[in-house]
Amino acid sequence: MCCRHRLAYLATTSQQTKTNHIIMNRRDFIQLSGMGIGAMLGASVPVLGNIVPAEALLDPKIDPVTKKRLADVALNAAKARGATYTDVRIGRYMQQYLFTRETKVQNIVNAESYGVGIRVIANGTWGFAATSDVTTQGIAKCAETAVAIAKANAKIQKEPVNLAPQKGVGEVVWNTPIKRNAFEVPVQEKIDLLMKVNSEAMKNGAGFVTSNLFFVNEQKYFASSDGSYIDQDIHRIWPTFTVTAVDKQAGKFKTRDAISSPMGMGYEYLDGLASEKIAAPNGLVGYRNSYDMVEDAIMAAKQAKEKLTAKTVPAGKYDLVLDPNHLGLTIHESVGHPTELDRVLGYEANYAGTSFATLDKWQTKAFNYGSKLVNIVADKTQPHCLGTVGYDDEGVPCKEWNLIKDGVLVNYQAIRDQVGILGEKESHGCCYADNWNSVQFQRMPNVSLQPGKEKLSVFDMIKGVEKGIYIIGRGSYSIDQQRYNFQFGGQLFYEIKNGELTSMLDDVAYQSNTQEFWNSCVQICDKDDYRTFGSFFDGKGQPSQVSAVSHGSATTRFNGVNVINTGRKI
Amino acid sequence: MAIILSKEEAKKIIDKVLSFSKADEMSVSLSGGRTGNIRYARNSVSTSGESYNLSLAVTAVYGKRSGTATINEFDEQSLEKTVRRAEEIAKLAPENPEYMPLLGPQKYLETPSFNESTAKIDPEFRANAAFNSLDPCAKKNLTAAGYLEDTTGFSAIGNSKGLFGYNKYTSVDFSVTVRTADGTGSGYGIKDFNDVSKLNTKATTEIAMQKAMASMGAKALEPGKYTVILEPAASIDLLQNMMRNMDARNADEGRSFLSKKGGGIRLGEKLFDERVTIYSDPMNGEIPGSPFSGDGRPQENITWVDKGVVKNLTYSRYWADKKGVPATPPPSGFIMLGGTESLADLIKGTEKGILVTRFWYIRSVDPQTLLYTGLTRDGTFYIEKGQIKYPIKNFRFNESPVIMLNNLEAMGTPMRIGGCLVPPLKIRDFTFSSLSDAV
Repeated sequence: MCCRHRLAYLATTSQQTKTNHIIMNRRDFIQLSGMGIGAMLGASVPVLGNIVPAEALLDPKIDPVTKKRLADVALNAAKARGATYTDVRIGRYMQQYLFTRETKVQNIVNAESYGVGIRVIANGTWGFAATSDVTTQGIAKCAETAVAIAKANAKIQKEPVNLAPQKGVGEVVWNTPIKRNAFEVPVQEKIDLLMKVNSEAMKNGAGFVTSNLFFVNEQKYFASSDGSYIDQDIHRIWPTFTVTAVDKQAGKFKTRDAISSPMGMGYEYLDGLASEKIAAPNGLVGYRNSYDMVEDAIMAAKQAKEKLTAKTVPAGKYDLVLDPNHLGLTIHESVGHPTELDRVLGYEANYAGTSFATLDKWQTKAFNYGSKLVNIVADKTQPHCLGTVGYDDEGVPCKEWNLIKDGVLVNYQAIRDQVGILGEKESHGCCYADNWNSVQFQRMPNVSLQPGKEKLSVFDMIKGVEKGIYIIGRGSYSIDQQRYNFQFGGQLFYEIKNGELTSMLDDVAYQSNTQEFWNSCVQICDKDDYRTFGSFFDGKGQPSQVSAVSHGSATTRFNGVNVINTGRKI
Repeated sequence: MAIILSKEEAKKIIDKVLSFSKADEMSVSLSGGRTGNIRYARNSVSTSGESYNLSLAVTAVYGKRSGTATINEFDEQSLEKTVRRAEEIAKLAPENPEYMPLLGPQKYLETPSFNESTAKIDPEFRANAAFNSLDPCAKKNLTAAGYLEDTTGFSAIGNSKGLFGYNKYTSVDFSVTVRTADGTGSGYGIKDFNDVSKLNTKATTEIAMQKAMASMGAKALEPGKYTVILEPAASIDLLQNMMRNMDARNADEGRSFLSKKGGGIRLGEKLFDERVTIYSDPMNGEIPGSPFSGDGRPQENITWVDKGVVKNLTYSRYWADKKGVPATPPPSGFIMLGGTESLADLIKGTEKGILVTRFWYIRSVDPQTLLYTGLTRDGTFYIEKGQIKYPIKNFRFNESPVIMLNNLEAMGTPMRIGGCLVPPLKIRDFTFSSLSDAV
């Protein structure tokens, strides 16, 4: 939904009682100074587990034979105590985060979290327990605790868990296809890159710059009483920065954040391959599956300076041409969250809210979420994406499915204990827990707008616009608790007049209503313009869990959208 | 080992850790506690649990290089291993040119932040608290979703220069959203305390229930500038966001709402209505805070805004040293002085206006002017001739707390919200820029 400073939330995924009983380390947060990240996260990022030396992150994985043996201990212990279903997740979660400003390295965090989470159904009720004592004894005790909790909660249960069947998949392996493991890249090489990014930004007019690298590796082993033993190795990467230009005489400052995308890739994302660059008007560049961080920092510094004197936007209706690096967040907020079934049902009512995309609208099979051009898919299999895995955290093989087909709402995002409400027999496979000690629940898969079928570049699209604004990058964002009314800013705004990009604009934000907005979608560029945007720390639940998710799209045009001027004097 | 260590137990462990040090400087922080929660939705409990934590972080320093390692085992061998690990990490770390030598011994206040009643909370207490909130809703065909979280903990710090500090604390946070069965009405209640005996989940829920029922059938008003009465749950986020932007370095660097045209900062300038006074006091009985900040600086009574004039900014130790000023840390909570009127009195004294229960999804739009956007939620009402007339549809706002605190009409009695004391505020010309259909 969003991330507030407490990044609040944990799971409530079912109509049934689910108890999260944890004996564990408390979650810690790192305060951030970077403005762009601050704006997004409420100034902190979560860190799981203990701080360790960098080399410890390369310790060999626990071998699958040992993990299977330990998992069987949990499955047997739970069954002996009366569980009718059990899943066990043995997880090693690793993070390396680097923080710099100008010529200084501010912080390097290496953290590792290792333990086991056991979820059971007993007497028709969920129970969950977790422990960092990954021994035969520790695991057996934890499994017993999970069953005891389930039985205790069964007394106040209204109706039993209705779990969609899932055939065991046997012993399988899935790894994020990476070319260069980011954890094997020497820290010095990473520092050198960030120092280069910072110095190039300063050389090109930045007053200040902060830059970061975030690396995540989840080594997850899942086993269930359905007969699945799933070993997965998942990698994610996010390079980012914020450049600030200051004019002290005028008493003004402007920032420009990186237009990178967090990815489900290794360090190769930072190769900056020319073949992955997508040209746009005014020398602008979009990055597909390879990012040139130094080049982007140079452009950012120049553009931040240009923003200081950019023309303030006259409020009114404009045709918007939205770059994928901007549109991704609009998709996330206005399509991704409202189609989460647990939200629709009311499980998030006290925090993130509910949804306008109610079951009665879906049942009509004619609810026009958007124009006929709008096809939005949910998917856990798209290469290079953050939400992409082989199997979800309840052992369901991942797939792709439609959420919006030819503009009509056709489905939601649902997991094993809720998918039955939709009349489906199989989970969509979008269950996730952010750590071994968090209980898994419904989380957003990658949600993407399909590209247009006819050949169309961003140059062609702009040629057709008389009065419009071209918007790039993720800026300020806000949406109501049922996902009707939203307001989005961006990083870069250019005026379009009679088919040409003219000058840079400032103080731009657009406001719309989700259904109205998606119905004003009139043109989508083709697959050659398609790329992903991502959210690395998406928050949901009370207490909080994070997840990472990608949103693909090509540049898209929306007609007659209300633009406000956000300039003020204080 | 107990999870809540006494001052003496904590000091013993910290001294032991420091005795293993071979580094130039070493600091240790030891914290532990228990956090419990219960969550419910659709009138039924959905999640509940307890977690325990006791962990130690050691930071070793060589010159301007520092390294941190953490551990949650406390035998001598583990402690020594952690010290060695922190030392290894420090030796490999890049130099931090902004490193400040550790503080020597400090004098800390004894803040009244711990309450035995909160420390005694058990799963049964939480279940009852949830039941007292759920049950009245179920009886009235309303749907409750709520969350209660309580923490009992301690925090101890020490270093190789003889600094030692210890604090024990408790807290409880409760919030509930009540919706009508048809989904056309929604109300909200929220409370936080150190002392759980002040919490009545039933009474808080009853306010949310009233708001849910009264907000059915909302009418649409035109967006525009309105006089508003902001309940503390509405104004708190904007005020907290402003207080978080009181950093002197950003202001000096020209990238803050406190930076001045032509250079310089607005410290000492009158920036708000003269009735605006904001201070912090860790000894305040309503919002007792920690006696020290994360880096060991003492928390004291500090006036941030006095009669509309900016009196103090927050400093890192590095920046304060560079500027030759006292290194005032950011406070844990703040107090905004108000008036003596109740919320009901404020409504009575309003010719035309809008009562706002809370704001939602607040995000920065322009850091230069502290412009924020967000929406009203869970109970927005039109006031005419001193009375609540009818519920209205939710609005999106675009407003700056700086402008808001200049358009001050009246203030009520301060109430605790989010660890702060904030009065209900009556503000003229508050900018609502569009309507939302959300309930």
